[in-house]
This record gives sequence, C-alpha cells and structure tokens, in this order.
Amino acid sequence: MTQINVRVDGVTYTDDVEPRTLLVHYLREQLGKVGTVVGCDTSNCGACTVHLDGAAVKSCTVLAVQADGGEVTTIEGLAPEGGGLHPMQKAFHEMHGLQCGFCTPGMIMASVDLLKENPDPSETEVREGIEGNLCRCTGYQNIVRAVQQAAGEMRGSGNGHASPAEVDTAAAPHVAGAQQ
Amino acid sequence: MIPAAFAYARPSTVDEALQAIAEGGDDVKIMAGGQSLIPVMRLRLAAPETVVDLTRVAELRGVRDDGDAIVIGAMTTHHDVMTDPLVLQHAPLIAEATETVADRQVRARGTFGGALAHADPAGDLPAVALALDADFVIAGLGGRRTVPASEFFVDYLTTALEEGELLVEIRVPKLAGEWGMRYEKFNRVAQAWSIVAVAAVVRREDGHIAEARIGLTNMGATPLRASAVEAALAGAQASPETIAEAARSAAEGTAPSSDLNAQADYREHLVQVLTRRAVTAAAGL
Repeated sequence: MTQINVRVDGVTYTDDVEPRTLLVHYLREQLGKVGTVVGCDTSNCGACTVHLDGAAVKSCTVLAVQADGGEVTTIEGLAPEGGGLHPMQKAFHEMHGLQCGFCTPGMIMASVDLLKENPDPSETEVREGIEGNLCRCTGYQNIVRAVQQAAGEMRGSGNGHASPAEVDTAAAPHVAGAQQ
Repeated sequence: MIPAAFAYARPSTVDEALQAIAEGGDDVKIMAGGQSLIPVMRLRLAAPETVVDLTRVAELRGVRDDGDAIVIGAMTTHHDVMTDPLVLQHAPLIAEATETVADRQVRARGTFGGALAHADPAGDLPAVALALDADFVIAGLGGRRTVPASEFFVDYLTTALEEGELLVEIRVPKLAGEWGMRYEKFNRVAQAWSIVAVAAVVRREDGHIAEARIGLTNMGATPLRASAVEAALAGAQASPETIAEAARSAAEGTAPSSDLNAQADYREHLVQVLTRRAVTAAAGL
C-alpha cells in the first residue's frame, strides 16, 4: 500500500492505495465518485475522462498513485458551488446532447478541456477535439451543437454558433404534423 | 481489468531512476506516460515485478536548443511536443505526426520518448524520427551513449535499449536549406493506429529535389526508410510525374503484416499512394 494525498472536487483526501489501483477505481470505489464511469476498460471510449492537474485524462489509464499531490476534477465537481449547472452541462441538456447518457460525463469533461485551449472551436475542431470520446447513441450531431452552444455562453456572448437543433422533418412529416 | 500487483518506484532524477531499475528485480518496466503500458498491464500481457514511474523526473521534460540540433526530453508529453516553438520551427513534421497520435486525453499523458521506446510498428513517431535522422541518447549506470535512429529500432517492439538502460533524450538535427515536410497517415476511424503512414522530408534546390528522406510506418516489424524512392528522387526534377514514378518503388524492401485492418498487398499498394502524396506535399507541389 502507498499513501496518497489528493484533492478531488475541492476536498483533500489521504488514502492508502495499492500501486496497481487505477484512478477511476479509486474515485468510484474509495471515494464514491460514481459519476465517473468505466466504459470500455481499454482507454478507447473516454467515458472515464476527468481532469488531472488541469488536463483531461482517461482515468482508467492513470494509476491512483500518479495523482498523489495532484488535483482531480470529476463531473461531480464541475458545477458551480451553490447549485446550478456548468454551462457545458446546461448545453448538453438544452441541445439534447445525449441519449443513454453513459458517455456524457466523459464527453463533458473532454469538451470543457477542449474549450480551455480553443474557446471558439469550429464544428470540425469540436469533432477532432472529442475524438477520444465515443458515443454509441447520438451520432454526435447534438453533442457537437452542445459544445458550440456552451462555447458561446462561456465566451460571454450568451449565444453560440448553434441554435436549438432543427429537425429535418421531410422524412417524417408526422413528427411535426406537416401538411403533406 | 486490473493490473497484476507490482512494486512501485517513483524516482525524481535520472540517477535515481537508473538505480531503481537496477534494483527492481528480473522484470522491470519503465513507465513514461503509461498510455501503452497501463493498457497492456490491464490486459495482463505484461505483469512486471517492478514499475519505475518517470512522471516526476523533471529533467526529462521539455525541448531545448542545442546549436545544431533541438533536443527533446524523453518525458515531454505529446501535447507539449506539438505546441513547442522549437519543434514547430525546426521539425514541424514531428508536430504534424504527433497531432495524429491517439486523442487529446492520451496526448496529455503520453510522451515522445515513451512512444519511441515502445516501438510499436503502427506508432507514428518512430518513422518520423527515422526520416529526420534523429539520435537517441541512452543513459545507463555506466554512462551515456548515443544511437542513431537507423540502429535504434531493432525488431517488433524491440529497440537498442539494453536491460537497465533508459532513453533520456532525442536529438533532432536542424536542417539547413529549403526543406519541406509532410506526414501522410491512413487509418479508418478517429484515434486509430496507422494502417500505413509515410513521413517525407524533402530538400528542394533550383526546381529539383536535392534530397528526400522517407520514413514508413507499419510496413514491417520496425519503421523503414523507402531507400529505392529516396535514390530515385535524389537530383530529380520536382514534378508530379517524377514523384509519382519514384513512389512506385515505395514497397521495395518492406515486409508488411496482414491483420484485421489490412492485408499485406493492400499495405504495399497504400504505401505507394501515400508516398506520392507525402513527397508531393513536402516538395511544395
């Protein structure tokens, strides 16, 4: 066992861990931070993405001992104190950037990290920026819109590139009750 | 999937690291960014007795100017390499190829030296180091030695690093004259390994190609130089036709594998196409 000191979502913890304990398992099983999920277990899917010392990492591919002395932010620590949602969480909600929701914690953490480096990404830049996160439901369309919406809000303009998703109803006129 | 138990050492200097490697027992693994090592340990393809984690060895991080070369510390992360002003100025090929490695999260942890020492034939950086004629500085308890890229990659996942040794830095010579560079990578989906990729470094002079250096990714157990293409291009006119003709020899002397992503003959075709594209772009055409 190795003792680690780590600050997670604003709280400092001192814990004994085995060197082989992965950060994601430490967060979930020792700290109860189950908002961070294990998806693929092979560092492909990005569902376990958290911020370690300010950078997005896949917490299934970092040892808990490597976070010793560091600062971790999970999806549970993203929202501002005192309630409400982080603009990225709000945008995923408003733009319907999820279906089953399993990829969402990782998507949001990766997207927040992307905007730190590129506050105004194009659609292509968003798609490339979150290439380490897989979604098997949405087809990504609304996720990209959500990231751009959040980018707009976080830049302070209050409106991003994206307006609420417009649904092409041509193939499904009954959805919109179109006259055809 | 959790790795098998191991003893863990976390040195903070190169000397401490070498000591920890020497004292680690029969099966020591050196961990750089861990982005390849942790997955193989989780799959229990590796179950080392001791892991020596270099994360805190600060002297191995960063890029510096050393006169006729830039020197990249082995523990410099992919993210830091691709945004480094010296790399962008003197070896933009490295930045271009590094941008295609895995994804943002992996590039935040994964390191230049780790990727080279891992020597995966589908990895992007070995062929780039080979095309740039980089030198590998290796530390051992007995001192340091330098190995050229042409001798560093020995076999599948095997390098010139001996037991007890550590890759500390990579020297990339500055190029004099008018050079162009291009990395052409082919893969099927985002964050995937290269099926084939080509690194081209071309010096132009008076409308001719004075010199071309071409590194191939995933065309054999190690990165390879496309020597036949390099010979055909030396002194040739810098025209699309000449380059297309020369690129037809790109598969000469290669031994690509067949796997789920591609058969060998497909790779042999692909390498010709990518060589033509990479050289054409590097020649500024």
